[in-house]
Amino acid sequence: MNSVTIIADKDVQWKESLTTESTPVRRLLIFAAFLYLTLFLFIPLVAIFTEALKHGLSGYIDSFLNEDALAAIRLTLLVAAVAVPMNAVFGVAAAWAIAKFEFVGKQALITLIDMPLAVSPVISGLIYVLLFGAQGWLGPWLAEHDIKIIFALPGILLATIFVTVPFVARELIPLMQSQGREEEEAAITLGASGWQMFVRVTLPNIKWSLLYGVILCNARAMGEFGAVSVVSGHIRGLTNTMPLHVEILYNEYNAVSAFAVASLLTLLALVTLSAKTLIERKTASATRLKSQR
Amino acid sequence: MHLLLKQPSVLPGFGLTLGFALFYFSLIVLIPLSGLFVRTSTLSWEQFWDIVTNPRAMASYQLTFGASLVGALVNGIFGSIIAWVLVRYRFSGRSLVDALVDLPFALPTAVAGITLTAIYAPNGWIGRYLEPLGIKVAFTPLGVLIALTFIGLPFVVRTVQPVLQDLDKEVEEAAATLGANRWQTFRAVIVPELWPALLTGIAMAFARAVGEYGSVIFIAGNIPLISEITPLLIMTKLEQYDYSGATALGVVMLLVSFVLALAINLLQWWSSTRHMQQ
Amino acid sequence: MSIHVEHVTKRFGTFTVLNDVNLQVESGELVALLGPSGCGKTTLLRILAGLERPDQGRIFLHGTEVTDQRITERRVGFVFQHYALFRHMTVADNVAFGLNVLPRAQRPSAVRIQEKVHELLRLVQLQAMADRYPSQLSGGQRQRVALARALAVEPRLLLLDEPFGALDAKVRKELRRWLRRLHDELHITGIIVTHDQEEALEVADRVVVMHQGNVEQIGTPDEVYENPATPFVYQFLGDVNVFHGRAIQERTIANLPPLPDVDSVLPAGAVDEREVTFVRPHDLELNRYRTNSEQFEATVRYILTAGSRVRVELVVLESEQTIEVELTKERYRDLVLREGEVVFVHPRHRQVFKIPQS
Repeated sequence: MNSVTIIADKDVQWKESLTTESTPVRRLLIFAAFLYLTLFLFIPLVAIFTEALKHGLSGYIDSFLNEDALAAIRLTLLVAAVAVPMNAVFGVAAAWAIAKFEFVGKQALITLIDMPLAVSPVISGLIYVLLFGAQGWLGPWLAEHDIKIIFALPGILLATIFVTVPFVARELIPLMQSQGREEEEAAITLGASGWQMFVRVTLPNIKWSLLYGVILCNARAMGEFGAVSVVSGHIRGLTNTMPLHVEILYNEYNAVSAFAVASLLTLLALVTLSAKTLIERKTASATRLKSQR
Repeated sequence: MHLLLKQPSVLPGFGLTLGFALFYFSLIVLIPLSGLFVRTSTLSWEQFWDIVTNPRAMASYQLTFGASLVGALVNGIFGSIIAWVLVRYRFSGRSLVDALVDLPFALPTAVAGITLTAIYAPNGWIGRYLEPLGIKVAFTPLGVLIALTFIGLPFVVRTVQPVLQDLDKEVEEAAATLGANRWQTFRAVIVPELWPALLTGIAMAFARAVGEYGSVIFIAGNIPLISEITPLLIMTKLEQYDYSGATALGVVMLLVSFVLALAINLLQWWSSTRHMQQ
Repeated sequence: MSIHVEHVTKRFGTFTVLNDVNLQVESGELVALLGPSGCGKTTLLRILAGLERPDQGRIFLHGTEVTDQRITERRVGFVFQHYALFRHMTVADNVAFGLNVLPRAQRPSAVRIQEKVHELLRLVQLQAMADRYPSQLSGGQRQRVALARALAVEPRLLLLDEPFGALDAKVRKELRRWLRRLHDELHITGIIVTHDQEEALEVADRVVVMHQGNVEQIGTPDEVYENPATPFVYQFLGDVNVFHGRAIQERTIANLPPLPDVDSVLPAGAVDEREVTFVRPHDLELNRYRTNSEQFEATVRYILTAGSRVRVELVVLESEQTIEVELTKERYRDLVLREGEVVFVHPRHRQVFKIPQS
């Protein structure tokens, strides 16, 4: 038994010089990575929950059990429930056209779709204020007809949809491009209708990436701060989403409540990351199966 | 719509899907964005120039671009190390770390902002140890740097990691059979392969940091000329109903974003084609 | 430089890749390690290079034990199946790599390195490609660059791991002849791993046939082809018809009519042992009429006339076993065969192996 471990040990040492680093270097690198991650990931993560629970569990729960907090949660859910399905439909449609057809301007469209991610969130909100705000283009007309967009729900929806437009599309486009169009063409030649082809052939092939895109889109929709902040007007109980509520509580030196609401958003982020890991494993094993066949 | 098609296809839905996608995207993104430029055109060139070169704006650019660049470079170094450790070494907790690297993507920026502030405030978890050393983080430009480094963390890791994963082990073995030691192999064989991905990751982290708002405003202190970032300056002008000022600065930021997006696209194109068959 | 492999065993987990392998290669020889994938030939090559370490056993190069020596100290040239060229370096830089990483004291001057690179590129006939990148070369050219790169450090031993495995058939053939000529010129001890029997038989001085981690036979290409030592070698080297049967006294009763016996392979008293008889397709003779008592009858099922020889698929009447016969075009024309006809089959040459009782 002893001799076996010695051989294995020697083998490890012997191989080190070849395609990996010496033990001290390896330890140093792992230490550096962990130090950095501790400073920027682990400590913040722990801090959120510690601060939230500073006044015990009852203080934590009290932070949610008031009209303003509940209204903020309700509004956030409503915004996500509108923005995510719309962007999912857009993502599938755009990915279908881009991945399965060759057309003029395709590359430009792919680049453009990512644009909202490159734009500062403040600008995402600003453009809607310029369009619909009191001094905006349509401002006077909207005021005449008593339609409120800025500092109201429609503005929040628009800004959220803007910043989350690309998420589903950018997950699906590379995947559907790599899958090619043979399977769909086979379905059509076998007499399937367009809808049958989509539901029976395309959808099963993209379902995990679609789900992942939807989850990412949802996380951003619920967590968006900058863009929403510009268009919301911060009216308590009316146009305050959860991230905005966090800001107000924090600025009122109500740190415990701020972190309590923040902890909910953090849980959402952690669920998103777990979903990502699970889906990655799922698709990895699915592609393994496919290549084995 | 079908006039755009380069080759006919038996697959259905081209007109419908592309039509819908273009309509939706134009309505939500393109028309509002172009509104920004139209609005700017109501300003004279002198007015525009005055707004965007005003000392307060200049100071905000310096802070925004400077801190973004330093943060991106710091992430370039540590992101590469993290990617290396995740791909090459096996240790307990590896998959957990791998999953958590994306936290700055997933965590709402306001949450990141108040958390970093709480940690680096003079009485915070880390701030209280830095305070006696004379290092002030929260409410100073250093705080801006911390926030911008935090939100850029995943980019370099996630661009370098797949390249490292796909690196052919045989190439490293070939270098070893030719007598190269580990450092020589790393420098002459591995680094040239990683270089484009690393640059792409740094550029992405930089681009993200330049536009960042939520995680910065809590920790920055927001003192004009000292710790005020450009997105916040836009916000301030908006709150003062100075639409022209906000628009002019917005155009500057937007142009920078366009240039950066273009640069990132070129970098990605370069890294994917440089070894292709001519 | 001679190579001596002594009782080498290697396991990956519970799987034994090499099982007590012994091998002696003389200085200046070019030896082929031949076997199906998974037989351990590549692992043996990597152990010789120092890319893997044996669990047991010892390796000697030129009489010196190198089992624990590191790869960088062994001075061994290694050519990979997928070239493993540095794709960000030009052809010349690839070839110069081994010289450029030498410690400063041993490193030749830049001018000398350049000369050397040009010499090597001339040797592999790629002088014109010095400034190209690997992606601009064809597969065959890339492998020649890899070879020049390996030779640049003046290795005492050249190891080639399926060097032509990723190339198409025509280029393979050209390159292996070229490799043979190159070897005759340089006289460097070489080991080439391949799963292509034709390649092994054509290029090597001696062939080592491996199967499931064991050495089945070592010999010149003629020896292993003409006198396979084991059923595996017989089957691996070329097409073969296999007849299962039982030995009864001095006669083989297979599940086919009696075949003429060869005394040397069936000793007297080998009663009731299971055995297999191997007959190569070109060693089966077809006749329209019975000419001797040892023929058996078979129905022609399918005739393939493409290529230089005619392949005939037949079904043995008695056992319904399918066999394949290879004829020259002349013989086929003389016979005037048609599908569905019954003909008489007679083995000119065959080999019988006893199956050990389990």
